[in-house]
Amino acid sequence: MFGVQGRTIASVTLRATMGRKRALLFALPPLILIVVTLLLKLAHPSDPSWPSQILGVFGFSVVLPLTALIIGTSVLGAEVDDGSIVQLLATPVPRSVVIASKYVVATVLTMIFVALPELLAGLIATGGATRLAIGLFVGALAGSAMYNAIFVMLSVLTTRAIAFGLLYVLIWEGLLGNLVAGAKLLSVGHYSLGIANAIAHDSNLNAGLSAGTAIGMGAVVTAAALVVAARGLASFSLKGDAI
Amino acid sequence: MTAIELRNVSRWYGNVVAVNDITMTIGPGVTGLLGPNGAGKSTLLHMIAGFLAPSRGELTVGGAASWHNPEIYRTIGLVPERDSVYAFLTGEQFVRTAARLHKLPDPDAAARRAIAIVEMAGAQDRKISTYSKGMRQRIRVAGALVHDPQVLLLDEPFNGMDPRQRLHMMDLLHGLGERGRTILFSSHILEEVERLSGTIQVIVAGRLAASGDFRAIRRLMTSRPHVFLVRTSDDRKLGATLIGRPAVNGVEVTDGGLTVRAADYGTFTREIAALTRDQGIALRELLPEDESLESVFAYLVET
Repeated sequence: MFGVQGRTIASVTLRATMGRKRALLFALPPLILIVVTLLLKLAHPSDPSWPSQILGVFGFSVVLPLTALIIGTSVLGAEVDDGSIVQLLATPVPRSVVIASKYVVATVLTMIFVALPELLAGLIATGGATRLAIGLFVGALAGSAMYNAIFVMLSVLTTRAIAFGLLYVLIWEGLLGNLVAGAKLLSVGHYSLGIANAIAHDSNLNAGLSAGTAIGMGAVVTAAALVVAARGLASFSLKGDAI
Repeated sequence: MTAIELRNVSRWYGNVVAVNDITMTIGPGVTGLLGPNGAGKSTLLHMIAGFLAPSRGELTVGGAASWHNPEIYRTIGLVPERDSVYAFLTGEQFVRTAARLHKLPDPDAAARRAIAIVEMAGAQDRKISTYSKGMRQRIRVAGALVHDPQVLLLDEPFNGMDPRQRLHMMDLLHGLGERGRTILFSSHILEEVERLSGTIQVIVAGRLAASGDFRAIRRLMTSRPHVFLVRTSDDRKLGATLIGRPAVNGVEVTDGGLTVRAADYGTFTREIAALTRDQGIALRELLPEDESLESVFAYLVET
């Protein structure tokens, strides 16, 4: 997809990301989602309202952003922190290829650790390949792609990417996104719900944006974040002597 | 001939000037960038390597600017000071990864060649996490050499190495320099630079303090005045004798003993033993006061 350079970076990134102890954390939020779904299915097998509540609200405002945050800040941020990124940047690889390769790895991992569990939980909760299950799966796939662009960008711009990422997820999306109408327009969580609802047509999802707005805004935000990330990486500087 | 050229290069962080108006040209062969810790060596090396923008001035490697120019890494190989690599890779995988990132036509052959140069073939299939510090340094050099660059930059390459590993690395760099590569390495240890390079650039407090042939600069360093603190059974009597000697520039009697400014280190230290014996004075203490590297560098700045 990106030639030999992109494939090489992706392969090393994948090994580095999955080799860290932090990788165990990737599986925790989706595991909780599936366990909760199983328990609720046993307790309320025929109640139609909880699947969209749990898989939509909990899945899209907690599991998806937090897992994407852990993965998105791992693929590049860890190397920036420990300085091993210099080995990669002291080569003629275009910085856009570095960002694109890291982003693809983060997105695919998030899709595996969030979108697939969402689909599985949706199948369990609704008893089959319903519109809700498929909608949540597609929404989670799109959310994985959008969140990771932002988190990869944050890990280029700041060494406190996790802190800023948490602030965005908890304060902007969690608080303001639900209280202030305009904040939804800059909320990846709402873009994901909007895309999910375009298929699911379920009012319990509380989707605040139309599919068109969600896809359009999501594409713009994703592209902008990746461009900013590539530019930021091109200006990556090493600290000089301790003075 | 690929040269590193700096013209009036400065770099500052806020109000702090890290590198101050440096102009130099570095050609093929081994050049040592010498200076005390915090002198600005790393800042300078990072700017040459394209990992820091000069605040002012012009900096080129082989005629091209290195900042914001990834293509420059076809010419440059960099071994940064920070020893962080993908430790989960084997040595061979690490070097082959570097070869692929350089899009070399035959990455396997390039990796084999670079590993052979640093003599790491025997350990190339072990994970880097199992390597000693010296082995990690060598495999990092192999990674930096895999595309056969004209210029090799190394930031404090001998830090943490044992004497045998140092010698090996010195031989390696020396050989590369003799084959026409431009090798620039930084160090705060005089002896390392002395063994390895004929040409040095001395950086003190962000400025270029001395530049050129090592032996000339070394002579300047050893022939500088030295200050000694001397304690004896009769300080005044010795002081009176010392002031008549050509090797002594000045004597001051203090509460703690004699402060002697010697013009020549070797002559003074040989003479004082004989003088005290002849005068029947017991020599209790002889302390050189300014043997720190910083004082040597400070002296160079003054001259």
